[in-house]
Amino acid sequence: MSALVVDSLTKSFGGLRVTRNVKLNVEQGERRLIIGPNGAGKTTLFNLITGELAPDAGSVHLFGRDITRMATRKRTHLGMARTYQIITLFARDTIEHNVTLALLGLSPLRWNPAAALGRQSHLVVQARDALRRVGLEHIAERPLAETSYGERRRVEIAMALAQNPKLVLLDEPFAGLSIDERQDVRKLLVAIPREVTIVMIEHDMDVALNLADRITLLHFGEVIVEGTRAEVVADSRTREVYLGE
Amino acid sequence: MSNVTFARSLAALIAVVALAALPYAIKEVYYVNIASQILLYAIFALGLNILVGYAGLVSLGHAGLFGIAAYVVAYLLVAGHGHVLAIVAALAAGLVATAGFAALSLRSTGIIFIMITLALGEIIWGLAYRWISLTNGDNGITVPARPTPFGIALGSARAFYVATLIVFLIAIVAAGIFVRSPFGAALRGTRDQPRRMNALGYHVWMIRFWAFIFSGLLTAMAGVLFVYYNQFISPQALALTASAESLLMVISGGAGTLFGPVVGAALVVIVKNVVSAYVERWNFMLGAIFVAIVVFMPEGLVPGVVRLTRSIWRGRARTKASLPMTAGPRQ
Repeated sequence: MSALVVDSLTKSFGGLRVTRNVKLNVEQGERRLIIGPNGAGKTTLFNLITGELAPDAGSVHLFGRDITRMATRKRTHLGMARTYQIITLFARDTIEHNVTLALLGLSPLRWNPAAALGRQSHLVVQARDALRRVGLEHIAERPLAETSYGERRRVEIAMALAQNPKLVLLDEPFAGLSIDERQDVRKLLVAIPREVTIVMIEHDMDVALNLADRITLLHFGEVIVEGTRAEVVADSRTREVYLGE
Repeated sequence: MSNVTFARSLAALIAVVALAALPYAIKEVYYVNIASQILLYAIFALGLNILVGYAGLVSLGHAGLFGIAAYVVAYLLVAGHGHVLAIVAALAAGLVATAGFAALSLRSTGIIFIMITLALGEIIWGLAYRWISLTNGDNGITVPARPTPFGIALGSARAFYVATLIVFLIAIVAAGIFVRSPFGAALRGTRDQPRRMNALGYHVWMIRFWAFIFSGLLTAMAGVLFVYYNQFISPQALALTASAESLLMVISGGAGTLFGPVVGAALVVIVKNVVSAYVERWNFMLGAIFVAIVVFMPEGLVPGVVRLTRSIWRGRARTKASLPMTAGPRQ
């Protein structure tokens, strides 16, 4: 079964058509890389898939279920998680509290106004687990404001993984990282089990290419090329878009 | 950890005992009444702080909610109903009005939220002022007597203080439990990153709505105490200045802290009542104090004092052991 099916998705901002008739079919367990120059509509496509933007036309199916009109938070409860290109974390809190909020988002406990959050030991255990996966367990209690950019990128990923998602949307997980940090993040993405489907936007081809099973090239809101790594790299249109040949 | 918990419990116990002993220590009725006022306004400020401090939603219409509860008590008592019915109906009316406020104002955040709450507060004030057949307009309503719960008459200043203290303790314990709960954490999350919270699976609007309801409940409780304290209610208690004053209590004491609103309420009530007896231009003094707070402790008195104490303490530790300072006095 397909994990994610996007059909004829269209979105305009005023006269600007940012998503044009986009079709995607991501298989369960697949690693899909979405590439394209700046302004190609990659992040907009993510926002349409998560429901943070409403499409003008077309549909989105998650594991066979039509979610086109479903609220973003409900999609999260169906197993969709995302990270943001622009880091969107809780700067006043500790790393652990950030991950705890991700866990709490899927727990009925989030409506409880009388329990003590500090005493929910199962949340602490799960948060530590998620932080261990991204190698941040040793600084779990550090305030987010005192962490480095690279660490924050990993907190973003930890929060998505903590929700035990079936589909993860990673928006430029390598953006702004040093070469060493890129390798760390690459390793942790490789370690994600194959039950989890990954759709990833990335500019850094060197790191991202060998993570991907299939690649989709977006240009001016349209899917230009789609195929395996070798097919897309060999395609003349890819060279045209990226090298202007 | 257990040492800290023990120290905190001990401090809380001492504070409660001191508050309970207060009316026996101060003999003068005037000052006991001031203490009652501080506590009832502290409940009001605690309620407003749930929205301002923890939800990041600044309301300038809370005096309307405070006033609705007060007017319902006064109206029902004058109509000849009992105290229990009057109080229950006042809290219920306060909650219904809060739900209406929330439904209308939570369409937005930021400056538009402020403007909608301000407008709603002004509408309630206008009704109190102009719907004379119901509210007696500017002349207000006089409440015949205070209640006698369990046979204890609350007519005296001391008895009323004790009753107010009990309600205050319930309110602050409830607020304390609330802010440390998972729901409280979710609420702070919607203040700091609403978009992320939505993507994490939270119903941001609903979280804000319930926080508003809790805020309104505390505000209505304060309104009930207010009308019994004064045994009188007039539109003045609902005016924009009353909303602004309660907001100043929250901000001067420290929004988003548990004890900040209590300290802020004490500051405003003392300057308004006590200092005004000695200083003719007490309004000027209140203004000067707020300016000083904004300049030197923009985060409010409680977090400001905590920060200063810590930096002094760290400064000493540093001169002893030359440890690096992680937080300067100004950031």
